Amino acid sequence: MLEIKNLHARAEDNEILKGVNLQVRPGEIHAIMGPNGSGKSTLSHIIAGREDYEVTEGEILYNGKDLLDMDIEERAAEGVFLAFQYPVEIAGVSNKYFLRTAMNSVRKYHDEAPIKRKEFLALLKENLEKLGMDKVMMDRSVNEDFSGGEKKRNEILQMAMLQPTLAVLDETDSGLDIDALKIVADGVNALRSPERATIVVTHYQRLLDYIVPDHVHVLAGGKIVRSGDKSLAFELEEKGYGFLQEEAVAT
Amino acid sequence: MIATEIETYQDQHAAFQTGSSPDWLVALRQRGLDAFTRLGLPTRKLEDWRFTNVSSLTKTAYDAGTNGLTAGDTASSEAIAEASDLLQQASLDEDYHRLVFINGRYNEKLSQIHDVNSGVVIDTLANALSNRPGEVQQQLESELDFNDSAFAALNTAFVGDGAIIDVPEGVTLDRPVHLVFLSTGSGRTLSNPRNLIRIGKGGKANVIESFMGHGDSYFTNAITQVTLADSAELDHHKLQHEQVGALHISTTGVDQKASSRFRSHYFSFGASIARNELDCLLDGENIETTLNGLYMPTGDQLMDCRTRIDHAMPHCNSYELYKGILDDKAKGVFNGKIFVREDAQKTDAKQSNQALLLSDDAVVNTKPQLEIYADDVRCTHGATIGELEEDALYYLRARGVPADLARQILIFAFANDVVQGVELPAVRRHLESVLLDGHDLSEDIL
Repeated sequence: MLEIKNLHARAEDNEILKGVNLQVRPGEIHAIMGPNGSGKSTLSHIIAGREDYEVTEGEILYNGKDLLDMDIEERAAEGVFLAFQYPVEIAGVSNKYFLRTAMNSVRKYHDEAPIKRKEFLALLKENLEKLGMDKVMMDRSVNEDFSGGEKKRNEILQMAMLQPTLAVLDETDSGLDIDALKIVADGVNALRSPERATIVVTHYQRLLDYIVPDHVHVLAGGKIVRSGDKSLAFELEEKGYGFLQEEAVAT
Repeated sequence: MIATEIETYQDQHAAFQTGSSPDWLVALRQRGLDAFTRLGLPTRKLEDWRFTNVSSLTKTAYDAGTNGLTAGDTASSEAIAEASDLLQQASLDEDYHRLVFINGRYNEKLSQIHDVNSGVVIDTLANALSNRPGEVQQQLESELDFNDSAFAALNTAFVGDGAIIDVPEGVTLDRPVHLVFLSTGSGRTLSNPRNLIRIGKGGKANVIESFMGHGDSYFTNAITQVTLADSAELDHHKLQHEQVGALHISTTGVDQKASSRFRSHYFSFGASIARNELDCLLDGENIETTLNGLYMPTGDQLMDCRTRIDHAMPHCNSYELYKGILDDKAKGVFNGKIFVREDAQKTDAKQSNQALLLSDDAVVNTKPQLEIYADDVRCTHGATIGELEEDALYYLRARGVPADLARQILIFAFANDVVQGVELPAVRRHLESVLLDGHDLSEDIL
């Protein structure tokens, strides 16, 4: 589904990714772990299409297509979803309108009719209940005056409504207490299917107790320095990132 | 202004004055012309015109229509055809009273006045001047100071038609009144509509003024005079959709008495140069005045918004919110004067002016001007100028919303509080569709 080959990228003069290789197949959950500043967020945003980064080498194929050649909205319409580490506040735009516009934009891209109001509201209600969110929040401006936890849940709500093919969760666990973490994890697990894949980007092993990955990768110094199964996450928890950074410097 | 243009207006004025008008009106028009001749057209040397250069548009005199004004339909059939076409775009709600003016003169065919509550008058100024001039004399003569405003003087020189809305004591006008001012033909037409709105004690009304036109070289010079008696309420909307190329100058003077409430909703989209002046005198206690405005110049348009709130008495509140969205090489001017007189203790005045620049070449000049002579007051003002937020744009696009629509949504969101201040659903819907031009409007945008 997703094939990242020798990806190099920089922001301004700062080289952040220095040859990332990653292959994600349908049905899989991958965790990308790594210390702060290793390039995890950069990689997430490059997949989503943020224009602040320049890809200097390598490619990303998404279902066989050149992802880097696609506009941000085209990627989203093709099923790529990034749950933001820092969800953006948009004053004056209600959550409800935001969600419906997003869904209808994706539908329009696929030449489908807009979702019926009733159908939309029913779906919204169902997902709000699952995520333990108050429906009053839907009439408020997008993420405005939301707590950190509310913002993260709101990301998962958007994901549940948009049903992406490839979800990238950028530090979705940061700032969440254990109950919120479980709810978010349930949301992600509910989306699990043989056609879909998820990349969980995280600093800590904690989230992986609830979202069990098939593969774990360690990103350090702009490269994936180690890949393994979920036991790698436990090893990291035990030893910290220090020993891997030493390996990265050595290679 | 070179001498020949003054002479052109003087010639037109001489022809205009030959009708059978009462003496006081002939004299009033003459005072208007004299003041206009003395003042000349404003130049950028004047502080109030520093950013607004009208000289390029006013180099050649406009045609004020010198046939003398009579009530009734004077428009040609071509003008009516053009006007009907424009009217379709201006149309808000069939239930509203609608008075249509073509090149400054009332057109009965295109207008529609429903039955009204007893005592309510919805009429034209031309009609009133012919049949009951005494009823309008005082307001025309006394309430507008044109001694330092050339355009107000010019309007007075040619005063003759416009709308009259009289709501007597205790009456709530059940339908909004929509005044539609259309300019037709390709000539340099000058319209000088004068509207008089008078709301009696405890009366309530909603008025909308729409301005549109064909042709690209006409000039609308409009004045609306509002008087609100004790506890009267008026929501006044102005939808300025003039054709690019046109010059639009308008002044609204509001005289408020105790416990009255005035809300102004100003929306400016059209004309090459649009200048709107709004003067409110808060002449009584417990008055509430709200001035909301949105101006959206693009291309080479210039929009100049000027407001003046004069707190003359204690215990009054004024709220002002003006927002500008400027694209291309557009220019915007905001000048917000607030006076708090010595007697006006316990005044609460809030002013906010925000501008969104969509292009590097767009410019806005903003000048809040507070003069406070009382000591126990609360006055705040703030001005911000910024660009569309890249992060918000990215976020919307990352959810599948196309860049163009994402931009429109963010612009809408910026303008939204001004639009949502409009309580009339048809007017609000009209504004929403202007803001989301070309995009499907979902009914739950908020």
